[in-house]
Amino acid sequence: MAVAENIQNREAHKEFTKNGTAGKRVKLEIKRQDGPDGKARWDKFDIPWKPGMNVISAMMDIATDPVTVDGQQTTPITYDSNCLEEICGSCAMLINGRARMACSALVDNFEQPIKLEPLSKFPLVRDLSVDRGVLFENLKKVKAWVPIDGTYDLGEGPRVFPQVQEERYPLSNCISCCCCMEVCPQFTEDTGFVGAATIAQVRLFNDDPTGKVLKEDRLRALMGDGGIQECAFSQNCVESCPKELPLTRSISDVSRQVIVQGLKDAFTI
Amino acid sequence: MAASPRIIVVGGGLAGLASVIKIAEAGGNVDLFSIVPVKRSHSVCAQGGINAAKNLKGEGDTTWAHFDDTIYGGDFLANQTPVKGMCEAGPSIIDLLDRMGVPFNRTPEGLLDFRRFGGTLFHRTAFAGATTGQQLLYALDEQVRRHESEGKVKKYEGWEFLSSVLDNNGVCRGICAMNLRTMDVRTFEADAIILATGGIGAIFGKSTNSVVCTGSAQSAVYQQGAYYANGEMIQVHPTSIPGEDKLRLMSESARGEGGRVWVPKKLNDPRPANNIPAADRWYFLEEWYPKYGNLVPRDVATRAIHKVVYEHGLGIDGQPMVYLDLTHIDKETLNRKLEGILEIYEKFVGDDPREVPMKIFPGMHYTMGGLWVDFQQMTNIPGIFAAGEAEYNYHGANRLGANSLLSCIYGGFQAGPNALAYAKSLAAAPGDGGHSSEKLRQEELNQRLVSSSGTENPFRIWRELGESMTKNVTVIRYNKNIQETDNKIVELLERFRNINLGDKSTWANTSFAFTRQLYNMLQLSRVVAQGAQLRDESRGSHYKPDFPERDDERFLKTTKANFAPDADEPRFEYEAVDTQFIKPRPRRYDAAK
Repeated sequence: MAVAENIQNREAHKEFTKNGTAGKRVKLEIKRQDGPDGKARWDKFDIPWKPGMNVISAMMDIATDPVTVDGQQTTPITYDSNCLEEICGSCAMLINGRARMACSALVDNFEQPIKLEPLSKFPLVRDLSVDRGVLFENLKKVKAWVPIDGTYDLGEGPRVFPQVQEERYPLSNCISCCCCMEVCPQFTEDTGFVGAATIAQVRLFNDDPTGKVLKEDRLRALMGDGGIQECAFSQNCVESCPKELPLTRSISDVSRQVIVQGLKDAFTI
Repeated sequence: MAASPRIIVVGGGLAGLASVIKIAEAGGNVDLFSIVPVKRSHSVCAQGGINAAKNLKGEGDTTWAHFDDTIYGGDFLANQTPVKGMCEAGPSIIDLLDRMGVPFNRTPEGLLDFRRFGGTLFHRTAFAGATTGQQLLYALDEQVRRHESEGKVKKYEGWEFLSSVLDNNGVCRGICAMNLRTMDVRTFEADAIILATGGIGAIFGKSTNSVVCTGSAQSAVYQQGAYYANGEMIQVHPTSIPGEDKLRLMSESARGEGGRVWVPKKLNDPRPANNIPAADRWYFLEEWYPKYGNLVPRDVATRAIHKVVYEHGLGIDGQPMVYLDLTHIDKETLNRKLEGILEIYEKFVGDDPREVPMKIFPGMHYTMGGLWVDFQQMTNIPGIFAAGEAEYNYHGANRLGANSLLSCIYGGFQAGPNALAYAKSLAAAPGDGGHSSEKLRQEELNQRLVSSSGTENPFRIWRELGESMTKNVTVIRYNKNIQETDNKIVELLERFRNINLGDKSTWANTSFAFTRQLYNMLQLSRVVAQGAQLRDESRGSHYKPDFPERDDERFLKTTKANFAPDADEPRFEYEAVDTQFIKPRPRRYDAAK
């Protein structure tokens, strides 16, 4: 006999008979754009509801029969996704106006029609897909790595007490979804602000027993225009983070480190 | 000889990144290709941990014991030389990851903590909460970013591998790839390539795998002449959360930390789980396997759950589900060691597993089979190497939990330097090395797809493939049913000719890319199905009620499939298994081995 998906079929059937959900539907409105230079339009869809349905599975269903509510044949939606369990960071988008991950967005938790739009502060690729490469470039600027001597066998790493691990681990859970940057009023082309995610990684690596050797470089990379001073403490970042990173605490912490570094630099020149 | 060898690595998960780091460190030039930004690769989904016999718990664990557990767990189908090498390298790989800053859980003294996992009696699994794969992937991603910023690595993210470029002598000279935004097809020169393209979950429709795990790249080179080995060895993980879009993994670490699997003894017991007293619960794994209990290997646990649900009819509420119970463990421990997976359950199901037992069921998870490689990680096509889940070397007929992260990193560490050494002694290519003809071939394939004006929706063909593969080629296998699936795949291949690419645009056309993958999935599915049909025995994950015993005389052999282009289907041959260190013995988990 078959594996887990039977459960879904049976549950669907159970719901169907129990709740009389025959005909229960999901309405979606999806903002679409064929490319960076195209014109935006809204496609409306009205598709059969299924138990446990999330925004991604709704779009998967649309792909098998891409017809709008007006009966117009259209194309499957272009969107970024991969793991579908909120750990790869791919499927961030605006859902009913709020930046969040589409995989963990269960349709039953949203007011309908569910409106899907691409993140607004990153170059649009197509439909709901955007280019978030800026974060990976920022991570290069702040040297977000531990500069090990090499990958050959050099014996055991430094001892790390559980208290330190428990501080670092939550920061290392950042999935690079860029929600914190999307919701930040300071993250604009004008300011060139690096955003909360990068600052949290600076804290992560400055707290590593070996990684801290690059602490000064990292802090200097956060000085000046686009650096940590751009933060205006709106605190939107920490509220939007799907992995609940301590972002505002990281910003305060690193901010202090940057100021101290700035003073040191001023007195050594 | 190539003065400065150029290596292409395809795939940015743990195996790909591991090989990139080794090549960059040795002074080679690397081009790294990935469909998704490498930090979003499927390795990020691994949860429970990574095995290495560090013996930090005073149990007398050794790399030999790890080797023996792995071979025994894989039911003796794995070649022993590479597995021995992997287990011996385990402790130094953990030390390296630790030096890279992976936030592994710690003991009060500041040392690495270890947990138990399936198929062993030792605490051998290092872990970073329940997001170990994520933490390991990030550590390697950071090191690659460092090499990238120094100009040693060039990333091609958003490119899909279409095929290898072979010269007149059948030697690999590069790859052909498609840009997933512009849809441009290009070839890239290389003296050797490493395929680290991961799993094949998508051929089963829904699995615990990520969207990109289609096996398309492996299938493409199989169709170009590479052998595919032990394709029939498919791991169905005992504990997954069923979903509309995928089956979400519920880590073995839940049981490693003391989680217990049970069902109500009474058929259709109407009481909520927490109100059912211990006397009315059936802890069937603990009863059937007193020594290993809930930590029997995955194939054993999966079959046991099937038996309880389908033969005893004791699934919860008559549904194919059993309880995985953590509620007896204190919350502080659960949060410290398992928070990541508890959150997944909470978010996607809506119940708090600290308060109520989880409802789980087996789901397709991993392929032990993959591209055939020699002990240097090279396929039978000169210059094509493979590492990670994409190849078959380390897990035999069943993979032990927490061995996959190790095999990815170890395999990548082997493939990188070996590819570099191979490339250094490579003679110059005849002519253009086959580049122009391969590009033309791929462009023609694309053209045919775009101009096809049929009626078949590719996503619907995919769903039908997944349903048939899941039904007949997973936990319980009958030859008659497998044949039915193979016939179905032939029908789907026929319907594929009549495909209708709803989207014909030439910009970021995801349906187009998917349809190309779909064809390769169909071809590879036949390797899996037919390989299963031909193996008339039961071994590890491969279970046939009509042939319930392991048959070493006939089948202590590696299945090797190669593609017959004229017949458009696989041909099979068998190869002896390297058993030079540990003599095969009966595999049973109801007593100590």
